[in-house]
Amino acid sequence: MSTPIPVPAKPSRRAFLKSAGTVSVMALTVGFEWAGIGRARAAAIAAAPAGGALFTPSAFLRIGADNSVTVIAKHVEMGQGAYTGIATVVAEELDADWAKVRVESAPADASRYANTAFGKIQGTGGSSAMANSWTQLREAGGKARAMLLSAAAKNWRVPVSELTVEKGVVLHAGSRRQATFGSLVRTAASLPVPETVQLKDPKDFKLIGHQAPRVDVPAKCDGTAQFTLDVELPGMLVALLKRPPLFGATVKSFDAAAATAVPGVVKVVQVPRGVAVVAKSFWAAKQGREALKVEWDDTNAEKRSSAALMEEYRHLADQPALSARKEGDAAPAIKGAANKLSASYEFPYLAHAPMEPLDAVVKLDAKSCEIWAGDQFQTIDQANAAQTAGLNPQQVIIHTLYAGGSFGRRANPGSDYIVEAVSIAKAYGADGTPIKLQWTREDDLHGGLYRPMYFHKLEAGLDANGRLTGWRHVIVGQSIVGGTAFAGLIKDGVDGTSVEGAANIAYAIPNIDVELSTTKTGVPVLWWRVVGSSHTTFAVETFIDEVAHAAGADAFAFRQKLLEHHPRMKAVLELAAEKAGWSKDPLPKGKGRGIAVAEAFKTYVAQVAEVTVGEDGHVSVDRVVCAVDCGTPINPDVIAAQMEGGIGFGLGAALYGAITLKDGRVEQDNFNSYRVLRMNEMPKVEVHIVPSTEAPTGVGEPGVAPVGPAVANAIFAATGKRHHVFPFTKAGAV
Amino acid sequence: MATTFILNGKTATLDADPNMPLLWAIREVAGLHGTKFGCGMALCGACTVHVDGQAIRSCVMPLSAVAGRGVTTIEGLQSQQAKAVQAAWIELQVPQCGYCQSGQVMSATALLEKNSAPTDADIDGAMSGNICRCATYSRIRAAIHTAAQSVKA
Repeated sequence: MSTPIPVPAKPSRRAFLKSAGTVSVMALTVGFEWAGIGRARAAAIAAAPAGGALFTPSAFLRIGADNSVTVIAKHVEMGQGAYTGIATVVAEELDADWAKVRVESAPADASRYANTAFGKIQGTGGSSAMANSWTQLREAGGKARAMLLSAAAKNWRVPVSELTVEKGVVLHAGSRRQATFGSLVRTAASLPVPETVQLKDPKDFKLIGHQAPRVDVPAKCDGTAQFTLDVELPGMLVALLKRPPLFGATVKSFDAAAATAVPGVVKVVQVPRGVAVVAKSFWAAKQGREALKVEWDDTNAEKRSSAALMEEYRHLADQPALSARKEGDAAPAIKGAANKLSASYEFPYLAHAPMEPLDAVVKLDAKSCEIWAGDQFQTIDQANAAQTAGLNPQQVIIHTLYAGGSFGRRANPGSDYIVEAVSIAKAYGADGTPIKLQWTREDDLHGGLYRPMYFHKLEAGLDANGRLTGWRHVIVGQSIVGGTAFAGLIKDGVDGTSVEGAANIAYAIPNIDVELSTTKTGVPVLWWRVVGSSHTTFAVETFIDEVAHAAGADAFAFRQKLLEHHPRMKAVLELAAEKAGWSKDPLPKGKGRGIAVAEAFKTYVAQVAEVTVGEDGHVSVDRVVCAVDCGTPINPDVIAAQMEGGIGFGLGAALYGAITLKDGRVEQDNFNSYRVLRMNEMPKVEVHIVPSTEAPTGVGEPGVAPVGPAVANAIFAATGKRHHVFPFTKAGAV
Repeated sequence: MATTFILNGKTATLDADPNMPLLWAIREVAGLHGTKFGCGMALCGACTVHVDGQAIRSCVMPLSAVAGRGVTTIEGLQSQQAKAVQAAWIELQVPQCGYCQSGQVMSATALLEKNSAPTDADIDGAMSGNICRCATYSRIRAAIHTAAQSVKA
């Protein structure tokens, strides 16, 4: 942490908590170019804190007479640092005083706050928060700055060209006059918004690329940060939902007598997903749910075991599949190769298991539906809530709060937890009573929307000189987007999220054949941090390691040679190897070093892992050296944090993560049976960022992809044993 | 039925089911929201509070068990060690989603209150019960060492 920047004042509680005392200030509006939807008018933020004039030059910021700069974040803050990144970009072009910058969550309104990477949908995902808003936010900050300069020029009757800005103060050197942003807001608000603005030369960046402390950290160290769990509204009730033990089962009948007899239980209501117990407290709702008797109709339920599903997948891998990429002709190339290799890989279902179990507060009446949630998919949730409630999407108001983790779980096309909460409020009577739906950890692990289970089969051929001549990769598993509003991601029958990281393999191989066999099961699935690359990178990067070994080549040098035409990927590979002290010399007995590289969401990451394998086979991961190229690094410390966190998240899954089904029933209940990484298992992590002036890309997910294969390759270096089954514990190695 | 105990230095009498876990009594009856719910089975540490100076998981401790005892939550932290922990957490920018961090701060504070110079092994022992799905573990470890240094200085 190099450049010290003052820690900003603790962001105040969300505006909704004091909305009764707010005034509506319509200052001025500015148009923005939004990819895919042309020019749109951005309305001013309606609700603003009372007291003092305001300058609202766009939908993305407002400046108060008290010099406060409030940046409006269209993306949820779920740990990835989006609030800080968004504020940094606006503050940079504005030349704001970072200590005066605070962040407020945007309302759900796709006309102003669409994720430009998603088209007309407001939401967060695909590591796109900074990439999609980079130009939008720079222009918002730059235009506001230009207007404040014009205001000062007008007041002082001097040319704009003689003015400078330093930390929220406009200066005129000639006359030694200065004015704070706050003192200029009245004049600025009367000026036209410029059509275009000159953005800064990156060499002049003061915040971007430097360490700005996160805006959300102080409140997350003293317990005052507001999550959905903490929402308390007058008269609010708490609901727990009893869901079927098998996916696809429905309620046949229920007996609420014992549940309603529990003190504090107010009502028991049936909803499409199950039977809800609505009570005055969590404890009463939980006891009520335990006392509730439900008979389920299992007729259409998924009753297969995950082991049986995997057996089916294994057979499907040998059947014809759809082509995801074809260059040359891999089959004959491999058949005629001097050295042939093949391997198959198994990946289990995985739960996201964010620390905050899913929760949402809904206040529903005949005319409106107000939702409080760590909402990741505002436009989709608005539409699904409206449909459930029988309202128009415009009647659904969403207050986006901090999410206690998500990893993709809160962004789901069916809005499961939101729809449940709305359906409970509707069944309760839609009388305006606020109801908080609370999931327990067991609900979370049993609740589906897992990273799909996959089977991979790979084949490769090497010629007599050890050159890779053919590569064939078959992937078998469920489609994440099939049958959802995101089915457009399916091209010629191939779900891009199933094959990313495999179909776009960067290595120069003359004959490549990547195929997909899409399966259907009754187990609901969803994207999980780094999506397709959570499994494809493992298969590709451990198999290429096997190929390198078969070719008698060094694992790093073999990859490096195949990446000649991929400079950014090659650069991270080389940086990670250099910083890790990669060498051909083996480490002492029982220790091993492994390397892996990935491209995910246009970010390039390479990692070198060092492991120690005990006499008993116990694996400890001692160190991971990570190199990342994410374009312009907006906040190096946040980038490092996301790499560190991604490594821990990916390592936990590689070593322990699995959701398994026995006769359709999920076998894991809580963190005792769904094991995740803990403090004593966290390796030392070093992160090295490639300097770049390319447009920024995402960092929330890509760090997850290479750690599993890097560790598996390190275990091979230490023991000579390969891991083909996730998690490694299943193979008895840890 | 009411249970009386010392909550963050003040006498508190909570009228609630004595079997109600302390976590929910703190959150829903006393109205202190810093302590979080993560697993309900003492497996993740998000609900960690201090009872008579010991870090405990409030999600499995019945309210009746704290009768007459002293309970400290994140809102009531005052010791020199606690302040050092929170300052180090900010200095090293530990939190990501932040949901588990109240529990992490409580466990780290309890550790430092007993052991002024914890080793990495001591930290593993005291902190392995606190899960962080964002995996901020490296920074937590570094922040505990930083806090220990600042208390000593």
